[in-house]
Amino acid sequence: RYFPLLHGPGVTPKTIIIFELKAELNNEKKEKRKEAVKKVIAAMTVGKDVSSLFPDVVNCMQTDNLELKKLVYLYLMNYAKSQPDMAIMAVNSFVKDCEDPNPLIRALAVRTMGCIRVDKITEYLCEPLRKCLKDEDPYVRKTAAVCVAKLHDINAQMVEDQGFLDSLRDLIADSNPMVVANAVAALSEISESHPNSNLLDLNPQNINKLLTALNECTEWGQIFILDCLSNYNPKDEREAQSICERVTPRLSHANSAVVLSAVKVLMKFLELLPKESDYYNTLLKKLSPPLVTLLSGEPEVQYVALRNINLIVQKRPEILKQEIKVFFVKYNDPIYVKLEKLDIMIRLASQANIAQVLAELKEYATEVDVDFVRKAVRAIGRCAIKVEQSAERCVSTLLDLIQTKVNYVVQEAIVVIRDIFRKYPNKYESIIATLCENLDSLDEPDARAAMIWIVGEYAERIDNADELLESFLEGFHDESTQVQLTLLTAIVKLFLKKPSETQELVQQVLSLATQDSDNPDLRDRGYIYWRLLSTDPVTAKEVVLSEKPLISEETDLIEPTLLDELICHIGSLASVYHKPPNAFVEGSHGIHRKHLPIQHGSPVSAGPAAPIEQAQSVIPSQGDLLGDLLNLDLGPPVNVPQQSSMQMGAVDLLGGGLDSLVSDGHSHRIANNRVYLFGLECLHVHISLFIVYLFPQIWLPAVKAKGLEISGTFSRRQGQMYMDMTFTNKALQHMTDFAIQFNKNSFGVIPTTPLPIHTPLMPSQSIEVSLPLNTIGPVMKMDPLNNLQVAVKNNIDVFYFSGLIPLNIFFVEDGKMGTFLYFFIFFMSKDIYTVSGKLQNDNIYTIAKRNVEGQDMLYQSLKLTNGIWILAELRIQPGNPNYTVKHPPNLNSPHSELRSHLLFLSVEV
Amino acid sequence: MIGGLFIYNHKGEVLISRVYRDDIGRNAVDAFRVNVIHARQQVRSPVTNIARTSFFHVKRSNIWLAAVTKQNVNAAMVFEFLYKMCDVMASYFGKISEENIKNNFVLIYELLDEILDFGYPQNSETGSLKTFITQQGIKGQHQTKEEQSQITSQVTGQIGWRREGIKYRRNELFLDVLESVNLLMSPQGQVLSAHVSGRVVMKSYLSGMPECKFGMNDKIIIDKAGKGGVTNEAGKSDLGGGGSTSGKQSIAIDDCTFNQCVRLSKFDSERSISFIPPDGEYELMRYRTTKDIILPFRVIPLVREVGRTKLEVKVVIKSNFKPSLLAQKIEVRIPTPLNTSGVQVICMKGKAKYKASENAIVWKIKRMAGMKESQISAEIELLPTNDKKKWARPPISMNFEVPFAPSGLKVRYLKVFESKLNYSDHDVIKWVRYIGRSGIYETRC
Repeated sequence: RYFPLLHGPGVTPKTIIIFELKAELNNEKKEKRKEAVKKVIAAMTVGKDVSSLFPDVVNCMQTDNLELKKLVYLYLMNYAKSQPDMAIMAVNSFVKDCEDPNPLIRALAVRTMGCIRVDKITEYLCEPLRKCLKDEDPYVRKTAAVCVAKLHDINAQMVEDQGFLDSLRDLIADSNPMVVANAVAALSEISESHPNSNLLDLNPQNINKLLTALNECTEWGQIFILDCLSNYNPKDEREAQSICERVTPRLSHANSAVVLSAVKVLMKFLELLPKESDYYNTLLKKLSPPLVTLLSGEPEVQYVALRNINLIVQKRPEILKQEIKVFFVKYNDPIYVKLEKLDIMIRLASQANIAQVLAELKEYATEVDVDFVRKAVRAIGRCAIKVEQSAERCVSTLLDLIQTKVNYVVQEAIVVIRDIFRKYPNKYESIIATLCENLDSLDEPDARAAMIWIVGEYAERIDNADELLESFLEGFHDESTQVQLTLLTAIVKLFLKKPSETQELVQQVLSLATQDSDNPDLRDRGYIYWRLLSTDPVTAKEVVLSEKPLISEETDLIEPTLLDELICHIGSLASVYHKPPNAFVEGSHGIHRKHLPIQHGSPVSAGPAAPIEQAQSVIPSQGDLLGDLLNLDLGPPVNVPQQSSMQMGAVDLLGGGLDSLVSDGHSHRIANNRVYLFGLECLHVHISLFIVYLFPQIWLPAVKAKGLEISGTFSRRQGQMYMDMTFTNKALQHMTDFAIQFNKNSFGVIPTTPLPIHTPLMPSQSIEVSLPLNTIGPVMKMDPLNNLQVAVKNNIDVFYFSGLIPLNIFFVEDGKMGTFLYFFIFFMSKDIYTVSGKLQNDNIYTIAKRNVEGQDMLYQSLKLTNGIWILAELRIQPGNPNYTVKHPPNLNSPHSELRSHLLFLSVEV
Repeated sequence: MIGGLFIYNHKGEVLISRVYRDDIGRNAVDAFRVNVIHARQQVRSPVTNIARTSFFHVKRSNIWLAAVTKQNVNAAMVFEFLYKMCDVMASYFGKISEENIKNNFVLIYELLDEILDFGYPQNSETGSLKTFITQQGIKGQHQTKEEQSQITSQVTGQIGWRREGIKYRRNELFLDVLESVNLLMSPQGQVLSAHVSGRVVMKSYLSGMPECKFGMNDKIIIDKAGKGGVTNEAGKSDLGGGGSTSGKQSIAIDDCTFNQCVRLSKFDSERSISFIPPDGEYELMRYRTTKDIILPFRVIPLVREVGRTKLEVKVVIKSNFKPSLLAQKIEVRIPTPLNTSGVQVICMKGKAKYKASENAIVWKIKRMAGMKESQISAEIELLPTNDKKKWARPPISMNFEVPFAPSGLKVRYLKVFESKLNYSDHDVIKWVRYIGRSGIYETRC
């Protein structure tokens, strides 16, 4: 075999392959060319770059062989974008194909053209597309309908200008069901990113057309139509009922996605039906069997179904309350199915079925998968709390499990037993001795903290409580924050119960917490106890040993407004993740948030629609949100200097911190109503301010300063504030004798050193200087607050300019306030959702984060150089361009725009 | 919608990659390989979110199929589509294996272009796809205009699953009632959960566009008919009896789902199952029952720990159906601990063997009549271990096949009407058979 005569320096085997392919693509024989294109596609599949063959491949396009044509099109779709000029070569062929007598070829051309994202090609697409939308053949029309969505993705404006949206709407009345379905799909997608969310123009006539098409089109078409129907708001219950009646037959479809989409429509419209009506109850009954049937599908579909059932059970527990058995775990279920089933089992557990459930859970606790076993053990604890009659049996089951001595089982069991103690005080304390036997084997913070809490809480019944707690004290600084806080509280409790013997111990722990720790939460709590104990031991007793609020029965409930939103997304990814779409979808898709319809007669508000009964249930769940906080896995905060002790701290602290103010300090998974805590009246000054982040800007233009130009910005590095300036000499003479002075200002900012320019500045030369600043100068309130007036002198003249100092350079590094102090001050009655660490590069510390109707709210603390604390609420709305705060890169998450109302409260500490 | 579809081999090499949406980049292919296929820990969800991109995957033997998206897609639809995709590929070239995929990659791309458009699933019925996507790739040019429009109207039309003009000399149909009976039983013999999931599979070789009506002993229908005073004469079951042991008249069906050919609105209103069947073999319906299930076998385990190094196991199985019927392919699987060093088995019937690689004693019996019982006993020697963890004692599982439907379902009739052609319901030759198999049939020990 001969090789091409190209071997030489710089010719790699790869280029030889390309060369060979090139030759084959230009072969005279059709078959050879086809084989060559196949090879090209194969190379493309594995990610090799074959874009250099573009002209040769496009040459093969002029063929009447359909298979070859499709291969060339596939290549075009991949590479047209990188070779836009050459892609134009293909246009003629496309336009010609759109006129072909064979409908399959016409459709192929218009389908492919829509996938080529090159502006010039798109221009040529409009005319053929217009024709294809009115083609006599339904196959072409259904392809053209999707093509409008493609075009909209490339150039939305063009689609509107060309009137394609109207053509698409016309297709809803098409005689062919698949054309209708694709038109619906295209319109639904376009309307997601379109300001006018009712593009589809859903009115009773159109709905009727859709319902007719629903009976006739393919399974996929049925899904598109059902998903679209779920966005419709029927005008009254009669209409809702008649739609439901026509949707219910879909529950018997073999395709699980059709079933779930039908369930979504029904769950939404149920809101509109009167609860006492027969139809309402019939419908509820009809929903249960299909949901159960979904569980006999393939495991992946089971998983999707279970995630959705989890939502449905929370929203309407009555639907599946009889069906708990189908959620029993099978030995061979994949782990993801097992975990989800277990979750639902706990939700459905009730007095009626508790015996069966417990027997199952006991069985699961001996399985192999660690996560599953842990969850099963936890579930036993939940049963005890949920169904009082079963508590005793649960406790004995847990004791059995502790006897197995399997490390993670024991630890998990101890954590749930603590919760049981909370729920049924003074009932099961006899088992404490057994628990204490396992003290040494506990190595997880959760379990250690639980055990310490138990010892502290029941110190008077445990003879050697002081010894036990003292043993934990040895490695105090190596413990996680959660354990440290619990231990601190437990020892204080012990002291209050047995003051005579434990004075030394309590002093030891207080000094460890206050003097040797750099964790602000621990320090704060330490000081509070210290003062309490030293000023008024009686009050201390009242506070620390007070009655604890009851813990709630349900946990991990999804917040009601989020739940309602997720119900509107049944079947979709949002329902699988249990997150609103804007939490994982980028860009403009899904800017319209979905709400459950409101039943007529209840007050219609402009805000999110929540039926009245839900509004009432918000209050208990606030407690749950607080509880959720404690369960978060918080990644290590970024760039926090004192990271080591912080890792899990901030979160757990929160719960513990709150607890400690009421009564005791164990950080608890189980939520309770601690809301009243925030009812404290705080006096503080509201100052509305925006943080203005400045990029270098020209402060002093050359024309105003006889040729001297000064531009600059402020920054903070290693705890020091700097004014970074660039002096440019735009005059014809050199400049010397520079000096700088600041006017009095709000923060007392003055330069620490003289201006460090020692050499003359030559014409057209620039010099960069960093002027260190401090805040010990004279103070005068400026307007705006952060205004700074500066005078610069040189050998020519004196010049004046002013600049705004971005507030963030005043933020000092120890601006992390203890969380409970923070909540003490900041929150009056707000629930908190999550905690995260962000913005810390700027010394803005995020204390808490929550999600309100899909917006992330961040709660932040920072401390100014002059000791002023600032607490802020920051709202992040993805995709809302309302107005924007300029931000440095570290504040910038590329796709969500950080913005909006920074609400400052300042408090002198 | 679906942004892209990738197929990988077990090593994570990409065999097929088709991108439908601009928001999916080439790096998505690698992201899935690195984070899922090559992940150090076993993947714990079929849906994975990596850098705001969601990956849905299913596995067929050692082939991974992954659908990718950046949007809030209908998750159930994506999985259903992936299953469908597997079915379509299997019907074109058989088993889904690396070799078959490599050999047919052009065909697969062609299919992917047809059944997904901009990430929206289109017609995916193999019957109609095969009329215009062929491996020869020459169709299209030689078709007449009529043929072309027939293809397009079938692909987009109401009855996408059947083409016009089918002709058979002999009109014949076969019905298979296939049931799998699932059981979870406590060691004491208490039924913890039991259900039958059944399928009615039909092979139809009928001319024209026949209108069919399927009837079974559905309790709701029978009760309705009984109340109305219209007695369906017993002779209606012209399809032969099956072989259920109980003389149950009707069964309560918890739920059923149908092939897309069945008119669901008609089932919803009249509970009658009417349809125009696809040609050849297809699944007409699936159903689920939980009441009055005939459990063909009962397993009675007895496990005794003798000291720390020995286990004595005795298992009795009892067959519970008409003595005239024969169960086949019976297999009982008794799990053994991981530290088993030796096993001695004695069984009355069939063959039993200890399979160390599977950690189980496998006892096989070829045939067994109804109302019989058989027994196996085994002594298991254990190596002493200091492993604190107790042996989890997996349940004893069983496999079998019986010639009746454990749910008690019976086919009452399947009527065929074709008004345009000259054959009537009586001319159609109809067959039915019942097969009951074990699904997950477990007894805890």
